[in-house]
Amino acid sequence: MNLADLTQMVLRPIGFLGLWASILLIVDLWIPKDRKTITGWLTLLGLASTAIVVAYTTGEDPVAMGGMVKADGFAYMLYYIFLLVAALTVLLSMSYIEKNNIERGEFYSLILFATIGMMGMAMANDMIVVFVALEVLSIPLYVLAGYLRGKAESEESAMKYFLLGAFASAFLVYGIALVFGATGTTNLEAISAAIEGGAANRAYLYGGIGLILVGLGFKVATVPFHMWTPDVYEGAPSVVTAFFSVGAKAGGFAALLRVLYVAFEPVTADWAPVIAILSALTMIFGNISAITQTSIKRMLAYSSIAHAGYILMAGVAGGQGALTDFAASAAAFYLVGYAFTNMGTWGIVMAVEKEANTNNEIASFAGLGKKRPMLAMAMVVLMLSLTGLPPTIGFVGKFYIFTAAIDAGYMWLALVGVVTSLISAYYYLRVIIVMYMQDGDVEADLPWTLSLAVGLTTIATFVFGVIPQSLLNIGNDLISGIF
Amino acid sequence: MFLQVLTATLTAVTFFPLLGVLVLLFVPNEREDTIRWIAIGTALITFVISLVMLGQYNAADPNMQLEVLLPWMNFGGGSTIGFHLGIDGISILLVLLTTFLIPLAMFGSWTGITERVKEYYIFFLLLEVGMIGVFLALDLFLFYVFWEFTLVPMYFLVGIWGGKQRMYAAIKFFLYTMAGSILMLLAIMWLGIHQGTFDVVELIAKGGIDPSTQRWLFLAFAAAFAIKVPMFPLHSWLPDAHVQAPTAGSVILAGVMLKLGTYGFVRFNLSMFPEASLHFAPLMATLAVIGIIYGAIVSYPQQDVKKLVAYSSVSHLGFVMLGLFALNEQGIQGAILQMVNHGISTGALFLLVGMVYERRHTRDMNEYGGLWTVMPVYGTLMLIVSLSSMGLPGLNGFVGEFTILLGAFGSEALGSNIYAIFAAAGVILAAIYMLTMFQKMFLGPVTNEKNKNLEDLNWRELVVIIPLLVLIFWIGLYPAPFFNLMGASVDQLTASLDAVTAVALR
Repeated sequence: MNLADLTQMVLRPIGFLGLWASILLIVDLWIPKDRKTITGWLTLLGLASTAIVVAYTTGEDPVAMGGMVKADGFAYMLYYIFLLVAALTVLLSMSYIEKNNIERGEFYSLILFATIGMMGMAMANDMIVVFVALEVLSIPLYVLAGYLRGKAESEESAMKYFLLGAFASAFLVYGIALVFGATGTTNLEAISAAIEGGAANRAYLYGGIGLILVGLGFKVATVPFHMWTPDVYEGAPSVVTAFFSVGAKAGGFAALLRVLYVAFEPVTADWAPVIAILSALTMIFGNISAITQTSIKRMLAYSSIAHAGYILMAGVAGGQGALTDFAASAAAFYLVGYAFTNMGTWGIVMAVEKEANTNNEIASFAGLGKKRPMLAMAMVVLMLSLTGLPPTIGFVGKFYIFTAAIDAGYMWLALVGVVTSLISAYYYLRVIIVMYMQDGDVEADLPWTLSLAVGLTTIATFVFGVIPQSLLNIGNDLISGIF
Repeated sequence: MFLQVLTATLTAVTFFPLLGVLVLLFVPNEREDTIRWIAIGTALITFVISLVMLGQYNAADPNMQLEVLLPWMNFGGGSTIGFHLGIDGISILLVLLTTFLIPLAMFGSWTGITERVKEYYIFFLLLEVGMIGVFLALDLFLFYVFWEFTLVPMYFLVGIWGGKQRMYAAIKFFLYTMAGSILMLLAIMWLGIHQGTFDVVELIAKGGIDPSTQRWLFLAFAAAFAIKVPMFPLHSWLPDAHVQAPTAGSVILAGVMLKLGTYGFVRFNLSMFPEASLHFAPLMATLAVIGIIYGAIVSYPQQDVKKLVAYSSVSHLGFVMLGLFALNEQGIQGAILQMVNHGISTGALFLLVGMVYERRHTRDMNEYGGLWTVMPVYGTLMLIVSLSSMGLPGLNGFVGEFTILLGAFGSEALGSNIYAIFAAAGVILAAIYMLTMFQKMFLGPVTNEKNKNLEDLNWRELVVIIPLLVLIFWIGLYPAPFFNLMGASVDQLTASLDAVTAVALR
């Protein structure tokens, strides 16, 4: 690899965003303290222009840096998801960080750097890139989790996330080392070839796969590596939690699918049952634990664990061989749906939240149906979407992913999926009950940027639930014949 | 093409209420009467559109008519999902029943609902969209969308405007019905993948699912429908939901929503899985008969009138199920007519109970007595509706139940008279509990001081009840037009079922 590689076409999106983030850090120094929203708008501009760069890069030769990265259609699909999530996060955070006196320029840059990490994970074609990208994603998130200075629970959240995250990274590195020991390479395609060639030491290989699963399982919060999630989600600033729960998860899944289906494809039959069981356990534990929560942030934390289980289902749905286009598109579509729905939901949580991390009880939503009918209606749509009921994008996503699972012969997993969706109906409906059927004096604070974010996500949740074809086409076109 | 779809009769009848919702959103909350008129007007226009649909419908043609078909979504490689609506003899009466009952139920809740009026009527109109959609949808995905969607407005209607235990009842209703639906969802996805289409018409034409797989699919669909009907032993959500729901909610719940389940059995189970239907017919008929007897026996000791009517629904829907699983022409025709009858009679009963509840705010039968002398018009109407409900010849209930019993007697699929014999006992039991109720509430001297000065029905209440009464007599005395509407389609269905039966019995 030499410096000339860095100018390769396919690296332009990530390079562009990196440059933007770095320049933004400097530009921010000249933006007066009381007008930091300007930085926010500049960030949005950067994200939007990156999306345009991505659109113009599509179709270029995907392999770059001597085969270490491979930015194919799957990666592009995920880029759009990451950029969307980052943009919604920025929109949500403008009023939030101002209200909570944590308005500092580097907040936005940290979000951009984390987004770059996610993009790296989506295009990784080498274990080293997976690891580096994971760290680029994680380190800004550790900082962001502790961004509410002086609040003990925010500091606790950052500390926990950092310690456990470092631990998980260690697992991942150890796994990579074992796989390297078994196959003599870190390149995903070369690993696959080595396994097929029969040269790989099976004990090292399986040990390595297991440890990699632990490391990435931690990032996407699958059971039994999910223990950190509720505490971290509860303590972190709500807007950061929203970013974690969708962005970091999507990044983790991108890497997981790639590592499993590119590097370890020859031994699919051996690890697929493990993923299936992890998926089932995640859906079951996530949904059952969510039932008893009284804090909306904790409830949504468990809900996000449960959703990790649903997405993981697509990882199995490749089934007995290569990941089908069908399953990969299902996973991508589900992530889009989850992004819209979950970001909207967190937006409403922030509207009801008075100051950071207060008024986070589900009970604090009482009376919202009377006081803010539009906001409550939006929450109803979002809750139905999280449950997976029509006519919302959450339903189409679940339908897609369950169909993929049945297509691959995993009827039992689809059964677990629908039964746990039923369980989830109970706690999502409880929010609706509290809003409409109990009296209370909730006060919602809705600055226009927040309203815009909530409005856009809710409309998208509903509209793409009724006419999803345009969105489906993007996925179907980009993801075809990749795995 | 898009405009064509939008203006098609079936699209119009399904989605017209949304227009009303849209208008209502812009009416200020305080103008309650305006809101009521807009909502009722919307429902009435929807009814008129459904009459236009009836005019365009050709009863002699057994196939789907007035079809609307638009490709909707494609998951890439998988089967295409279509926006497919259509009507035939099996669904037309149920659509008409829906559009007919909704404005009456809305008009009936004029004085009953005084809080959050706008939201109430919005949810009501949304409910109408969902229910009509269920009856018209011919694509499994679309059907499921409408099917699940009906839960949401009903959940709000019970949960916000219901009685004391409303939250419990609402969530129980929601989770119970969703529990059944999710199994159906799995079966729908399986069909889409393995049969290559979600289109109901294509699926029926294609057939060819091997019998052992059919049984699983049958059971998965049946889980959803049996809970909705509700069949014994899956009925326990019904009394709670009915007792807690506001009057109009109960009317629609009993009048239309329960029929979504029985309709599902005819449209999907009998048509798509004929072999499995034959296999499970004795089991379904047994459960139906148990439901008939059980519902009747449990109705008898109830003190709460609404609960009595609720349990009587379990009994009446048992008749419908028995007729369907007789798997012959008489049985199925009787069952479809009985669905309509039950909607009319039970709808009227709930409305009448609601009227006296608005006056006294109790539904305990012991609180009443001798009402006939105080409210003669009300008493007379109640008597007629009760008689209709228990199946007195000359009124609508008799025609349905009698045809069903005939069907069950001659059923080759059931192969035994024993079902019909036990079911007939249910008719007698119905007379016992209905007349006991009538006696307790209306006959004898006025014992309770509070009942002495009750006002008889006013013009608004009469306007609500009289259309129902007209139908009670019409169907009772001259049911031929109703049978004609469904005849051709039912013939076609039974012909295919007969073929299967003939093979099995050979």
